[in-house]
Amino acid sequence: MSALLPASLRADFPILHQDVGGKPLVYLDNGATSQKPRAVIDALVRYYERDNSNVHRGLHALSMRATDGYEAARTRVARFIHAADPAEIIFTRGTTEGVNVVARSLAARLKPGDVILTTEIEHHSNLVPWQQAAKASGATIRYVPVLGTDAELGLDLDALDRLLTPQVKVFAFTHLSNTLGLMLDAAALCARARAVGAVTVIDAAQSVGHEPIDVQAIGCDFLVFSGHKMCGPTGIGVLYGRRALLDTLAPAETGGGMVVSVTYEGATWKPAPERFEAGTPNVADAIGLAAACDYLDAIGRPAISAHDHALAAKAHAALAELPGIRIIGPRLGQPRGGLVSFAFADAHAHDVVTFADQDGIALRGGHHCNQPLMRKLGITSTTRASFYLYNNEEEIDALVRSMHRILKFFAG
Amino acid sequence: MSDLTDLYQSVILDHNKRPRNRGRPPTANRVATGDNPSCGDNCTVYLHLDPAGRVDAIGFDGSGCAISQASTSLMTTQVKGKTASEAEALFNEFKQIVTSGHPPEEMSDLAAFAGVHAFPARIKCATLGWHAALEAFKQPASA
Ligand SMILES: Cc1ncc(COP(=O)(O)O)c(C=O)c1O
Repeated sequence: MSALLPASLRADFPILHQDVGGKPLVYLDNGATSQKPRAVIDALVRYYERDNSNVHRGLHALSMRATDGYEAARTRVARFIHAADPAEIIFTRGTTEGVNVVARSLAARLKPGDVILTTEIEHHSNLVPWQQAAKASGATIRYVPVLGTDAELGLDLDALDRLLTPQVKVFAFTHLSNTLGLMLDAAALCARARAVGAVTVIDAAQSVGHEPIDVQAIGCDFLVFSGHKMCGPTGIGVLYGRRALLDTLAPAETGGGMVVSVTYEGATWKPAPERFEAGTPNVADAIGLAAACDYLDAIGRPAISAHDHALAAKAHAALAELPGIRIIGPRLGQPRGGLVSFAFADAHAHDVVTFADQDGIALRGGHHCNQPLMRKLGITSTTRASFYLYNNEEEIDALVRSMHRILKFFAG
Repeated sequence: MSDLTDLYQSVILDHNKRPRNRGRPPTANRVATGDNPSCGDNCTVYLHLDPAGRVDAIGFDGSGCAISQASTSLMTTQVKGKTASEAEALFNEFKQIVTSGHPPEEMSDLAAFAGVHAFPARIKCATLGWHAALEAFKQPASA
């Protein structure tokens, strides 16, 4: 398979070189979180050993170094997603916080009669905050339905046309479904939403570390993601917002660092990004995230995407041969990500994951924070294998061998 | 690392394949549902108590892994004929087995679940149906 990345990349990830229960670790739970290359771990250690200080406040050498590092990270992330201006990058704890900040800030201007539109395939993180925003503002939440099952699953684009009325003030959708692997055409969806004047919010948690992202080409208003799924540290994420829009939004949180002047009567806000970063920010992990951007861009996301897809194609083809399997997600060749989600007639996802773990293989089994979708599909759980740049063909072989063993056990 | 055959004992595989007391008994008038929010598994237990407060009909519905299905199936066979406090005592014994891995002196089918203790993530699966049953005892009888 020529689409595969060089096997030597695996050496960059210290954690992969271990046995689990006497078997070499096969880490196929990248949809949940990715592993970290040495370069990212080193950036964190270097920061804490040399530069650690508070930012934007001190006038001493360390504070200036920390501030420079933090702001350089912002610029680096802006470049990673082709944002026009580093001030459009707000550091958060992750995707979930990013959605919450946007939802709370936008809720302040929604009113009864307004519609928040999202889809039936959203992760709970891009669903519950919008339900809350609807409750708080009196707006109505509507969902673009999914059509079909298994390999035929897709968004109902005819329904989208009917649903996208001028009452729609917000359209929030995932770029890449963590449960199905279904990839949406973000630029096309944003163009349709823009035509009715809706603000667009994209959950790029699953895509940003795997696919090239250009927020200006996509034409979105907001885009959120987590560092930990793209080789970066946990506890850091990004809310991208179009500058013109950000400065009109009320902050979701207030406190130190985001104010211009404070009296006993009130306060005035700084512009973005500080307006949305109350309190001491997560400096170290922002710097770690910038190191992850460097790492991924050095390989190139087109090459990473091709690698993920080659592995997913191999896994998809081999798993499809197993008796009683349902593969839940788009067939190969459709717009999709590098993961395979499946369910067996004879073995429940939990049992599958426990078995695989005994073979050293880390999989995810469950509802994937997607309960309403699973209910609609008539299943309670799937097993998911999700691939990244350090996975290889031998690991797919191990996965398939393990699945054969499980089916033999439960059918026997 | 513990062997999988310790976890998936033949008693468990048998109850998973051929669950006992599946479905709602016609006389049932108490019901409770248990959910495992981390995985989406759920289990509904139906009861009917005789005038002395003993279970004379029990059944369950729901979906889940082999451990939760087998455990719930086995639970229904053990709780039949028991009062609420006897069922609770049995559950305490069961919890002891799945958390310590030590089956009690006198062997019962419940001992098949001793292997669960080596898989802490699965203890919740094993106790899901029990929690629903004890909750069902507490529900007021519907007409
Ligand atoms: C599509 C999608 N959205 C949102 C999230 C939430 O991300 P986080 O838990 O990092 O906030 C995830 C990750 O679980 C995801 O896969």
